Amino acid sequence: MLAAFSDMNWQLIATATLTAVFGVDAMYFAIAAIGLNVQFGYAGLLNFGQAGFMACGAYAIGMTAHYWNISFWWGIPMAIGYATVFGLIMGIPTLRLRSDYLAIVTIALAELLRLIVRSVTFKKYFNGSDGINGFGKTFTEETPFNPSGKYSLWPFDQNANLFGRVMLLLIFSVASVMVGRMIADRLRGPREKLRVILPVVIFALVMLGAKQTEYGGLGFKSLIVGWLVVFVIGALIYMLMRSPWGRVIKGIREDEEAVRSLGKNIYSYKLQALILGGAIATFGGMMFSLSRGSVQPDNYSRDTTFFVLTALVLGGLAKVTGSIVGPMLYWGISQFISVFLFELTQAWGGRVEIFGVPLITSSSQIGAWVQGLLGLMLVLLMVFRPQGLFGNRKEMALDGR
Amino acid sequence: MDAEPLTVNGSADLSEVARVARGALEGVPATPGAGKPDPIMTAVGVRRSFGGIVAVDVDRVEIQRGSITALIGPNGAGKTTFFNLMTGFDAPDTGAWSFNGTSLEKVAAHRTAAMGMVRTFQLTKSLTKMSVIENMKLGATGQRGEKWWNGVLPFRWRAQETAIEARADELLARFSLDHMRDEYAGTLSGGQRKLLEMSRALMTNPQLVMLDEPMAGVNPALKQSLNKHIRGLRDEGMTVLFVEHDMDMVHDLSDWVIVMAEGRIIAEGTPDQISSNTAVIDAYLGTNQGKSLLEDM
Repeated sequence: MLAAFSDMNWQLIATATLTAVFGVDAMYFAIAAIGLNVQFGYAGLLNFGQAGFMACGAYAIGMTAHYWNISFWWGIPMAIGYATVFGLIMGIPTLRLRSDYLAIVTIALAELLRLIVRSVTFKKYFNGSDGINGFGKTFTEETPFNPSGKYSLWPFDQNANLFGRVMLLLIFSVASVMVGRMIADRLRGPREKLRVILPVVIFALVMLGAKQTEYGGLGFKSLIVGWLVVFVIGALIYMLMRSPWGRVIKGIREDEEAVRSLGKNIYSYKLQALILGGAIATFGGMMFSLSRGSVQPDNYSRDTTFFVLTALVLGGLAKVTGSIVGPMLYWGISQFISVFLFELTQAWGGRVEIFGVPLITSSSQIGAWVQGLLGLMLVLLMVFRPQGLFGNRKEMALDGR
Repeated sequence: MDAEPLTVNGSADLSEVARVARGALEGVPATPGAGKPDPIMTAVGVRRSFGGIVAVDVDRVEIQRGSITALIGPNGAGKTTFFNLMTGFDAPDTGAWSFNGTSLEKVAAHRTAAMGMVRTFQLTKSLTKMSVIENMKLGATGQRGEKWWNGVLPFRWRAQETAIEARADELLARFSLDHMRDEYAGTLSGGQRKLLEMSRALMTNPQLVMLDEPMAGVNPALKQSLNKHIRGLRDEGMTVLFVEHDMDMVHDLSDWVIVMAEGRIIAEGTPDQISSNTAVIDAYLGTNQGKSLLEDM
């Protein structure tokens, strides 16, 4: 059994996992999760229709090519416009009611949107279930990266230019300091020392991890641009949630009536949070479809909403760091389980049996195991760390009062 | 005031403001719906029913500016519903009501706070996962930084925020909550939450403070301190309307008492007049009070 472990290609597992941690899926999930965090984490709005908002972004970009035949840049204002209309349709009838109603309406509306864009009737606008393909070429083609080359996020990669090096080092160090300090503040012991040590340790880990990553040159530009979008939006939301606006939003999560008695128009604030979170999510949809040059309606089904929600809860609600790290870990873990099980199956001769019980008999069963184990992991997280990785235990403890 | 001796309620420790307030109410007849010399709030014909039950049916009521008015009545008398109606948290079936001469019909609940009218709740509403100081700062009205487009531009609201924080700290010190400033509001005791809710309401710079059972669930020592704070509000020129069940407290604190029962106002008067009013005693204890139970059988 141990021999089998040593036969496995651990280098491959590490590369696949770390590539997923910083990959396109984690990137667009992070954008969507930041948006969902504004709605659910900060404002307490139970939005189960985030995939609908992401579709608004993806289709805004796609329609610039398919229907309007204009530059894909017009997709950005159009996406924000669609998200606003979608948010108003969702919010106006439901935000006066309790949050449960919002949850039902959002899930229905997001599905409705998906069924409309994939319908035959509206094929002229959205190209039905085929989706829209081959757009954003100006974006993908004007790239400093060689389409057939291999790139990593290691700042000293031989392929990296000076700008890329500086940006990567800057983002890695800022992120390490933020995450490290946050963890240090949660730990008991010599905090002042930990506030210095932890960021350094995390920076070193991130650098080591980045060295392992490997991306094709074709989608590398959208990956870099996407993470910059994550960084900028994350910083903006971080600031916004420390402003008086954020205070009202958090107050509404705690008790609407109290906030209303203090003279705030809670209905308007809830609409603002819903639309802002949705508008952010459109960037996730945009970056995802740009990275592939393709929009597929079925990428924006309920599954996407719940995977984003899972990733957010994993990271921790009402924390910007949580909403970014959560999706990274979600995709990292799911990729790890997937590649690990694949390698294990290979090393054990195509079958995994424990005490004579056949667990995996062909590699096509691995997908189901990934889902199952992720689910189990989420259950364990809820039992042992209900606040998520970055959530605040003290805040959770106040819930029962 | 001139040196003319005021004998209202005979309290010796009354402040000058309180003397003026009680003096102004001196000539008001002790009848339901009595007109006041200077009403800050007037409600006429306000009626609210839930299905077949008429929760509030007030023909006329006026609240004297600068006074402490108690609203009392047995459970289910419609006091909280009346509060909800006046502050826009609920809409009456019929009726007209005004604050400072401005009609409040069709005015949304969140606008009344900006007009100078603020309420607290019977079940204390502290925003548990926010710190005490954040709770306080939320109360300030007209904040520039509460517009979303200003949120990410701190220079647009930083100065105002500093001023708000200073005022919040002042109020926290006055209500002896300053040592809890940076704690989560959820860690406060029940009494401290009452204090926090009241001081947070004061952050709106109100003219009329409506307190829904401020003393409920508060220990006697803290009651005395709340009592002092409520007097303090009046002495600073605010008008206080409060719901209370503790009759000693009502007698001690209020300049004027309004009694509700079954949705209607059944009596008004100074605390002394009310405590000897038979209609009130009947409403609280039933018309057969004092009689032997056996007599009716």
